[in-house]
Amino acid sequence: MDNYAIEMLNITKKFPGIIANDNITLRLKKGEIHALLGENGAGKSTLMSILFGFYQPDGGEIKKDGKKVEINNPNDANALGIGMVHQHFKLVECFTVLDNIILGVETTKGGFLQKKEARQKVLELSKKYGLSVDPDAVIENITVGMQQRTEILKMLYRDNEILIFDEPTAVLTPQEIKELMAVMKSLAAEGKSILFITHKLAEIMEVADRCSVLRKGKYIGTVDVKDTSPEQLSAMMVGRDVSLAVEKKPAQPGDVVLDIKNMSVASKRSKKDAVKNVSLQVRRGEIVCIAGIDGNGQTEFIYGLSGLEPVKSGLIMMNGKDITHMPIRKRLVSGMSHIPEDRHKHGLVLDFSLEDNIVLQRYFEPEFTDKFGFLKRNAIREYANKLIKQYDIRSGQGPATKARDMSGGNQQKAIIAREIDKNPELLIAVQPTRGLDVGAIEYIHKQLVAQRDAGKGVLLVSFELDEVMNLADRILVMYEGEIVGEFSPDKVSVEELGLYMAGSKRMEVGAHE
Amino acid sequence: MNKEKTKKTSILRNDGFQTVISSILCILIGFLIGYIVLLVINPKGAGDAILAIMKNFLYYSSASAAKKYLGTTLVKASALLMCALSVLFANKVGLFNIGVAGQYVVGAGASLYFAIALGMPWYVSLLAAIIFAAALGGISGFLKSYFNVNEVISCIMLNWISLYCVNMLLSLVKESSTPYTRPLSSANKDGLLPNMGLDKIFSNNKFVTIGVVLSVIMAVAVSILLDKTKFGYELKATGMNKHAAKYCGMKEKRNIIVTMMISGGLAGMGAAIFYLSGIEQWMVQQTSIPAMGFNGIAAAFLGGLNPIGAIFASYFIQHITSGGTYVDKTMYCTQISDLMVAFIIYLCGFVFFFKLALNKYLDKRDEKIAAKMNEGGEE
Ligand SMILES: Nc1ncnc2c1ncn2[C@@H]1O[C@H](COP(=O)(O)OP(=O)(O)OP(=O)(O)O)[C@@H](O)[C@H]1O
Ligand SMILES: [Mg+2]
Repeated sequence: MDNYAIEMLNITKKFPGIIANDNITLRLKKGEIHALLGENGAGKSTLMSILFGFYQPDGGEIKKDGKKVEINNPNDANALGIGMVHQHFKLVECFTVLDNIILGVETTKGGFLQKKEARQKVLELSKKYGLSVDPDAVIENITVGMQQRTEILKMLYRDNEILIFDEPTAVLTPQEIKELMAVMKSLAAEGKSILFITHKLAEIMEVADRCSVLRKGKYIGTVDVKDTSPEQLSAMMVGRDVSLAVEKKPAQPGDVVLDIKNMSVASKRSKKDAVKNVSLQVRRGEIVCIAGIDGNGQTEFIYGLSGLEPVKSGLIMMNGKDITHMPIRKRLVSGMSHIPEDRHKHGLVLDFSLEDNIVLQRYFEPEFTDKFGFLKRNAIREYANKLIKQYDIRSGQGPATKARDMSGGNQQKAIIAREIDKNPELLIAVQPTRGLDVGAIEYIHKQLVAQRDAGKGVLLVSFELDEVMNLADRILVMYEGEIVGEFSPDKVSVEELGLYMAGSKRMEVGAHE
Repeated sequence: MNKEKTKKTSILRNDGFQTVISSILCILIGFLIGYIVLLVINPKGAGDAILAIMKNFLYYSSASAAKKYLGTTLVKASALLMCALSVLFANKVGLFNIGVAGQYVVGAGASLYFAIALGMPWYVSLLAAIIFAAALGGISGFLKSYFNVNEVISCIMLNWISLYCVNMLLSLVKESSTPYTRPLSSANKDGLLPNMGLDKIFSNNKFVTIGVVLSVIMAVAVSILLDKTKFGYELKATGMNKHAAKYCGMKEKRNIIVTMMISGGLAGMGAAIFYLSGIEQWMVQQTSIPAMGFNGIAAAFLGGLNPIGAIFASYFIQHITSGGTYVDKTMYCTQISDLMVAFIIYLCGFVFFFKLALNKYLDKRDEKIAAKMNEGGEE
């Protein structure tokens, strides 16, 4: 018999209107990296949440080292040495990194916190695995990458033996992903067992030993990664071949729809401006992509453009109109759509139903509100159903599902559907395919190209070079708040782009007039 | 048989049903604890005392007297209902309006001052109460949205400020020989809310006015506003996620202020409904904030934070509060009625706790049933 660290046998979990896990069996060997693959809503997070004691299964049992165990809550899981990094991090925003790591397992003496030893241990772990964090930084001020390293340190601090990573790479930059892969490998080499959820097949091919595939709540099979190919995996997952190369005709840029002149945005973290004197144009019928490493001012740039934060100086013109200081609602109704970077913070009201989220940008239109200010519930339902069908948004109870109860990828699909169907003239998309499965990515990419071909201007911010190279008609590289290069995707190599993104090369582009 | 069982479970899982069950459970436990305390203090009178609280106006054997006191309970309940609506409205938008008590006080002050000192007709005084209380709520809302001051803190401070300001203001219209404001019936008859014949139903209880009907209408209005209108949609979105509200162009700061203003206005209207009925005069030397506002918090939670549920919850709480006055004072000290009622109201805060416990229990039971069925299948 093989040496299994964890066996999840015949696990079934039902939610209202859906069987999220239907008789799933998953075995995790000691010291292996086991990938879990499946479409959005296939039940991956649910299965892992059961192992972590977040949900109770309706059927089936869990064995650890061959012995049956009851995991009634995350504390039980912790006692069994099971730790989890959630798809959407669970950190206390206003606590420091160190406080978050020791939260729940604090050592105390006479009722007082003993943080000194804890700090020592955290620093040791951080050094040993190359997980660099600043123990005294407050969570809301640090990058997602560091938040994630905090989550990982949290597991290591608790001496967990079984580590669950739920889509850890979705929010990371390519560089950070590389580092994470290395960390995972060294953890496995030490004998820790890892469950790893991702939608990126290349990552599975790189680090995983075995891969289990789920589809619509059912178990499809487990394969040895060394005997398989990305094509085979995606076929197992979706049931058809998927191509990630986007087919598109050459762009036919028309009028200027967005014209930004010398825009600067203040930074919240430092005294220096986050966005410095940026000038750029987006024309109808082209996809302009802002490439760069996360944290180089892209977020602030989009905040300034969309009105979430005030700009410090400069001019923003949309369709020839000055929108620099225009209220957000006015920008949106005059033709701007915005797929935000953080779907939980900005994109959704998690406690609203899916249909209420779908009309978030349009609820006030006569189509959905009558002249007395009453919502037209039937029209909203109908519209939601249309988008749910068109964009294949999967959930337990259709339009009435609470957004909170939807899988991460399906939440993202709902936002994209809402923003694209608004029929904008300028579509701003920040990391639009974050957390989507390959099938959904293929669909969204097609939609973005279709928007372009319909004569809309598309401004895409992406940290993924593949996406940038595939979609963009024009690439702008942003480094430390400045545009440091402009390229046509067929005239530049990924390596060349990388140099600009890292700041080792730069050219003068349209910064001054 | 099996089918029946699953059906039964599904009713138990229903949210509204769970609220009702939990509320009733809270009430029963509250009574039980109260009874035990009574037993400890004086075992002889405990049964009678509990009965008196439950019976309230039924204490009177004559039907007309009972009707009259039912009327009085209703008048007080309608003010309580307005306070409950105030609390739950703010709560739906993610704010905890503990300032309902102070807004109620300001409503009382404004309505009485306008009626007695300025000799205004009832509708003007009612409006004044709403406007001033709304303004007070608006202050907390403003502090919250522009300076990120927690609404609970600013509300509590404003409660006390309001009380003493109102005491000062109403000293101007007090009777010369007592610390009470001049009765409306002599000071300004037009200042009294019209009865519209309602007094006839309750054995000529002249305090029963259109205020009772108004409060129920407001409950329905709040329910519609929150669930069916664009305005309610915006307020709820702001309350649940102000970042998302801002992102889609709602005026999130304005929404927070407007919410607190509406919430305050509801409390102020409650005070006007109460004091403009003439049922009580304001005592200008009081040093504690009237319990009405705080009881509104209990009523809101007992009613499951639902406007229609609040109607029943408010009536119930007022029923036992009034019933408390009938407890035999020869056996117990005078504070006993307040104590009893406090127990029951306190327990009312546990509605959500019981709901949670009920769901946990149901989950466990379902698991057991599932496990049993599995075993059965294997055999
Ligand atoms: N708490 C919940 N209540 C109701 N339904 C839920 C809940 N959590 C998940 N679901 C449903 O269960 C299904 C599986 O969700 P899960 O989050 O496990 O998917 P996933 O495989 O992790 O997808 P993704 O790749 O998008 O993260 C989804 O259809 C979702 O709507
Ligand atoms: Mg997931």
